[in-house]
Amino acid sequence: MTDNALFDYLLRLGDTSLVLGHRLSEWCGHAPELEEDVALTNIALDLVGHARLLLSYAGEVEGQGRDEDALAFLRDVYDYRNHLLVEQPNRDFGHTIARQFLHDAWALELYEKLMVSADHRLAGIAAKAVKEKRYHLRHSGEWVVRLGDGTEDSRARMADAFDRLWRFTAEMFEADAVEQALAAAGVAPDPASLRPAWEARVDAVLAEATLPARPAIIGTSGGRIGRHGEHLGYLLAEMQFLQRAYPGATW
Amino acid sequence: MYTQGLDVKSDSDRAPPADTPTGPEERFQARVDAEEKIEPRDWMPDGYRRTLIRQISQHAHSEIVGMLPEGNWITRAPTLRRKVALLAKVQDEGGHGLYLYSAAETLGASRGDLVGDLLSGKAKYSSIFNYPTLTWADIGAIGWLVDGAAIMNQVPLCRCSYGPYARAMVRICREESFHQRQGYEIMLALSRGTDAQKRMAQDALNRWWWPSLMMFGPSDAQSAHSAQSMRWKIKRFSNDELRQRFVDATVPQAEFLGLTVPDPDLAFDEATGHYRFGAIDWSEFERVLKGDGPCNRERLEARRKAWDDGAWVREAALAHARKKEARAQAAAA
Repeated sequence: MTDNALFDYLLRLGDTSLVLGHRLSEWCGHAPELEEDVALTNIALDLVGHARLLLSYAGEVEGQGRDEDALAFLRDVYDYRNHLLVEQPNRDFGHTIARQFLHDAWALELYEKLMVSADHRLAGIAAKAVKEKRYHLRHSGEWVVRLGDGTEDSRARMADAFDRLWRFTAEMFEADAVEQALAAAGVAPDPASLRPAWEARVDAVLAEATLPARPAIIGTSGGRIGRHGEHLGYLLAEMQFLQRAYPGATW
Repeated sequence: MYTQGLDVKSDSDRAPPADTPTGPEERFQARVDAEEKIEPRDWMPDGYRRTLIRQISQHAHSEIVGMLPEGNWITRAPTLRRKVALLAKVQDEGGHGLYLYSAAETLGASRGDLVGDLLSGKAKYSSIFNYPTLTWADIGAIGWLVDGAAIMNQVPLCRCSYGPYARAMVRICREESFHQRQGYEIMLALSRGTDAQKRMAQDALNRWWWPSLMMFGPSDAQSAHSAQSMRWKIKRFSNDELRQRFVDATVPQAEFLGLTVPDPDLAFDEATGHYRFGAIDWSEFERVLKGDGPCNRERLEARRKAWDDGAWVREAALAHARKKEARAQAAAA
């Protein structure tokens, strides 16, 4: 395994957390209930927190003097490595929850495995994150059930949300040379190995939610290698505005 | 984040005329005078209950509406550290709203009704949140000035005669003082930064200074509820006293930042040991309070949209809870 592979992998994890945290933070003050304003903001806070740990470490591994902010604010779209799933826009609360659930079910499985990573720094980050991931999955899973098994309207909205999002999930289980090298070195699990547990979790919740079963997934991917959809550019334009408008300033 | 408006004259909310002293009333006042805490099940005058519900719910509404101007900068925070701090702060405000609504509920109000009053425009919230956050420095200025003013107002509320409110305020004040330090630190970074950042900081101070002074409410002579609230020990200090304390504490902080307070009449009075400051434009205060501030409409529209867009979610949650209960009952039968 090279430092390059580890750097790339940390960006994939860090960017995925950061972009999803950004999406959730867009809800702040606009949620259906005050309790959800607090919960979504709290989860956003956790995710951006994880992103900071991962991107700081990535900067150190790279050794070019880039810190978490240089990586977050001064890379353009094609250098971002997040999953396509997490850059999808919020649409309504149901879509936000479906996106979150599909991610959380993957993330909990991954971070539990990362706790025993041969890379101790990464194992430490995972140990901290995993407690929060458990709460995130409980939160999003419970909402999928409530909204799926709620009213006719809510069920239709959730079915639509999953229908739109399935195609972005295959990417979470793909491996290229980066993941293969890390798996070989015992630093990260083989992404495909996360799939059975993810499917079991997702299927159980969908069944309880009386939602249509998971279809055979024909995936679209590319986020991990910097090929994104149109949404990410706007997200970064907003997120990076101050650092771009006032280059070199300290905040 | 903050209470105000409570002292503004309003015909429907005018404090009741001096009640004829009766047994319970006198005993109540004696307990208040003895600094005992009044608890939810205790007897209390209707006026005391109404005043507290109004004040606590206005405070809760202010926290909730206050999430909007600050939330406005979460996605644009300049560093990840600042982003996390701002997220945590806005989350705290949501939390403050939750426990303030709970405190109001101990007085027999329902959160649904209180929120309904906010959305219909009947209830007031702090006017300060009807001003826009135009640059990142506004996030610093809000923390420093708005939370600073809030703390001046709220620390005495930790000794409020009503137990649940006093206890909620202890926790809130602790978090607010953390927010204030964060805000000041943002201002410090800007004022030590580039010329563009200094300009940003000064511009924010220029816009937030006077509205912050207005947060303490009308001058004592104009304040409608003050005397009764003082007697009930809901209020401990007058609006003008608190405003003066705020100015005295804040002007040296502005000097330390190298920023200019936008008040040509501001001067330190050696004789009194206080800063004298210029006349407040109360017509602006009245205008914003009546709904014609820069962002009144946007703030209420945002709250209403969140509520309306979320209706299907709340209905679904309720429907699901009913189904679950019905299933549990069927299983038990």
